[in-house]
Amino acid sequence: MDIARTQRPLTPLGTVTAAQARTSKRTRYLFRALLISMALLVALPVLAVFAYVFVPAPDVWQHLVDTVLADYLANSFWLLIGVGFGVLLLGVPVAWLNSMCRFPGQRIFEWALLLPLAMPAYIIAYTYTGMLDFAGPVQTFIRDATGLGYGEYYFPEVRSLPGAIAMLSLVLYPYVYLLARAAFLEQSVCVLEVSRTLGSSAWHSFFHLALPLARPAIITGLSLALMETLADFGTVHYFGVDTFTTGIFRTWFGLGDSAAAAQLAALLMSVVFMLVLLERWSRHKARYHHTSGKYSVLPKQQLRGKWGALAIVVCTLPIVLGFLIPVLQLLYWAFTVGEQSIDQAFLRLVANSLFLAALAAGFALLLALLLGYGKRLDTHPVVRLSARIAALGYAIPGTVIAIGVLIPFVWLDTQLNNLSKAGFGLSLGLLFSGSLFTLLFAYNVRFLAVSLQTVEAGLGKVKPTIDEAGRSLGLKAFGVLRRLHLPMMQGSLLTALLLVFVDVLKELPATLVLRPFNFNTLAVRAYEMAADERLADAGLPSLMIVLVGIIPVILLSYSIGRARAGSKVQA
Amino acid sequence: MTIPINKAASTELQLCDVSVSYDKTAAVKAITLLIEHGQLACLLGPSGCGKTTLLRAIAGFEALSSGTIQLGQDIISNTQHTLAPERRNIGMVFQDFALFPHLDIAGNIAFGMRKQGRKQRRQRVSELLELVNLAGYERRYPHELSGGQQQRIALARALAPKPKLLLLDEPFASQDMELREMLAREVRQILQQEAVTAVLVTHDQHEAFAMADVIGVMRQGQIQQWDTAYNLYHQPLNPFVADFIGEGSMINGEVLNPHTVSTVLGEASGNVPLGCQPGSPVSVLIRPDDVVLTPEAAEPALASTAPFSTQAVIKAKVFRGSHFLYQLQLVDGTRISALAPSHQDYSLGVTVSFTLDMRHLVILQR
Repeated sequence: MDIARTQRPLTPLGTVTAAQARTSKRTRYLFRALLISMALLVALPVLAVFAYVFVPAPDVWQHLVDTVLADYLANSFWLLIGVGFGVLLLGVPVAWLNSMCRFPGQRIFEWALLLPLAMPAYIIAYTYTGMLDFAGPVQTFIRDATGLGYGEYYFPEVRSLPGAIAMLSLVLYPYVYLLARAAFLEQSVCVLEVSRTLGSSAWHSFFHLALPLARPAIITGLSLALMETLADFGTVHYFGVDTFTTGIFRTWFGLGDSAAAAQLAALLMSVVFMLVLLERWSRHKARYHHTSGKYSVLPKQQLRGKWGALAIVVCTLPIVLGFLIPVLQLLYWAFTVGEQSIDQAFLRLVANSLFLAALAAGFALLLALLLGYGKRLDTHPVVRLSARIAALGYAIPGTVIAIGVLIPFVWLDTQLNNLSKAGFGLSLGLLFSGSLFTLLFAYNVRFLAVSLQTVEAGLGKVKPTIDEAGRSLGLKAFGVLRRLHLPMMQGSLLTALLLVFVDVLKELPATLVLRPFNFNTLAVRAYEMAADERLADAGLPSLMIVLVGIIPVILLSYSIGRARAGSKVQA
Repeated sequence: MTIPINKAASTELQLCDVSVSYDKTAAVKAITLLIEHGQLACLLGPSGCGKTTLLRAIAGFEALSSGTIQLGQDIISNTQHTLAPERRNIGMVFQDFALFPHLDIAGNIAFGMRKQGRKQRRQRVSELLELVNLAGYERRYPHELSGGQQQRIALARALAPKPKLLLLDEPFASQDMELREMLAREVRQILQQEAVTAVLVTHDQHEAFAMADVIGVMRQGQIQQWDTAYNLYHQPLNPFVADFIGEGSMINGEVLNPHTVSTVLGEASGNVPLGCQPGSPVSVLIRPDDVVLTPEAAEPALASTAPFSTQAVIKAKVFRGSHFLYQLQLVDGTRISALAPSHQDYSLGVTVSFTLDMRHLVILQR
């Protein structure tokens, strides 16, 4: 065919010129550079901590080795073991009951079992100490009833290692429950039915089939709970159980040795990274444990009589111990005995907390959108790696982040001050490390993963063909974002905001270390009151935190409700 | 390659030497073709042959590494420029439909008509819903519709802005096998009523046959043959097209003279490819419907009138309702298939006689 003859004179082609094509390439490189530098910035605290491994701190380090290091190691180790068993024992049976059986109240237990997630570990520790220590109502009642005096009867000490294990297990088991339940629901009924036709009893099928199939998911939940355990500062500090986090805190503030504190932090980080690897590995494994792409509604076994009653007790216990009793105690403190009233100062506290949390959530959402879109638009491996690094912060304990943030910014402030003193003869003060900047920065390092995950999940639901359909119907790139993506992702964006908001509100150690002078939040207030042995006055701020903490629980249970058996379940 | 050009009709889409490369590998290689106004064209080929890439290049989602694409009077793509998809006035129906979940059906269909007045939009929406047989569905949401209904909405949405050209990327792939042909006929009717020029991409030849005026068979980024369905079936240009379209077997033959080849089944007359000297080896395409099994009772009478008749052993059979598809083994071991009415039911291993009834002898160079 002769194309040349049919060719008409060329008409000018739109507005896209070669120069503009080059610009778009340059924008892409600029955008890529932005993402990489963001990831580096987020990784800065970790890098700072590990950089100090090579700074010698022989005196303090030797002192630590001689005195407390063995305690830190032993306590952290037993805490991990104890909480590990605790969350498995509390989380797995209720997950099994709720996915495979039907009993009175089961629909309620399904979401109510998540309630303890709303309770920060340090707050539950305050409530049980208030109830169970020597002057508390329980021991007073025992003395009144029996007439025994101090030292004449045995009562377990709450403020101890076993106490800390119990507290942490009670609020962290929902991680295991959530993931195990999703895994049980994902298992094909056929596998279990095949096992029954091959002569296995229901119990045998559970231990030899369902449990091994769900193991990767359970390990994922377990490693998340253990990361939280290692990150915990408030509980172990209040109970006087010396672990890594309290050790880092004390070395930094008590001994004033940043190198030794950073080295302790680096040691802690190494353990945490092992947990991260465990989590990644088990998530990876979980893919091979999918038994079927087809899901049918699980035929749940009806439990009646004593079995039904037993199921109810097993499911009620964690909710009562991990949520109801502490909340009742907090209510009692807040509204009857506490001297803390809702006055000007308290409202200022609330305003501070909300302002800080909202600001941090907004920033985290912005960064998450940037990273999320970066990953969607630019498939270069460097960009993917950047997003991954930026999301690593969720594993890093707040204490470590606080130190990792302080080290570089204090250095930067010192340099700036030296410069300005030399140049203009005036001192700038602590420009970064003394302001809200470092605190917001630390929050974003720690919680960026939360918003990133939510934003990515939302973006993932927007198929690439939606973008193309929008373009072919006349939308420009920004129009696709505004008219298609934003309305479709509304829910995810709101969720991302809320989750970070609540996490920031609950966060204690980073806030404690990094807050500007005289700037208090609810969490810090509760901590200070409890540290002053004014537990009742810690009630009101604690209650506020717990109430706000219920928001993500509602969100979670909503998504659980939609992802019932028979539909695909996302862990 | 021959491309049928009707000089009288106006050319709507013109591709000249179009290539698309990812990194260093070319997914589409030097394709040249013309599609006339109102024509329904189809790109047919196995997965990975580059048909979807070509479609996306026409839509403006892929840049060209060589060649030009011209729509009506305008060059819309060449190696330097790629006119943005939103400025091409080309509609597209996606494999997964890509309906906007947050908008109702009316919102979806009216999406591309933002510059028109509200009254106009509403009128066009109801007109299109009428056309796709879903009148009254304006306020429903995509997730409330069945797959087939979603598909028709996706079609209506793409047609709404009256595009110069409509592209359909495997539009029936997610439908049940039994539904596809019917849907394809429905869509063809709709497209003809709207008098739109369209390019369809599919790997299913029945879909292509049911829908397209002209079909391009693609393989490894190149168009093997650009022709009508009838010609693709009866006059394939090369062994790939012969094999890909319909069923059939190749048997070996040898050229005797420019009009005759000799095969194990005897001599056959047809157009021997140019450049084949007497004595050179060729392949002859035998379609299952070319092979007529001789009913035993009538055998002697028919045998005398048929061009030639021979015997074969039945090696396998598949019941297809109205027909049996038999695998026959000839004396020299060559296997061919035969389509027989379902009352001709033979057991495996039986020797049967057959004649060849070939109106389109296809001879390909070996």
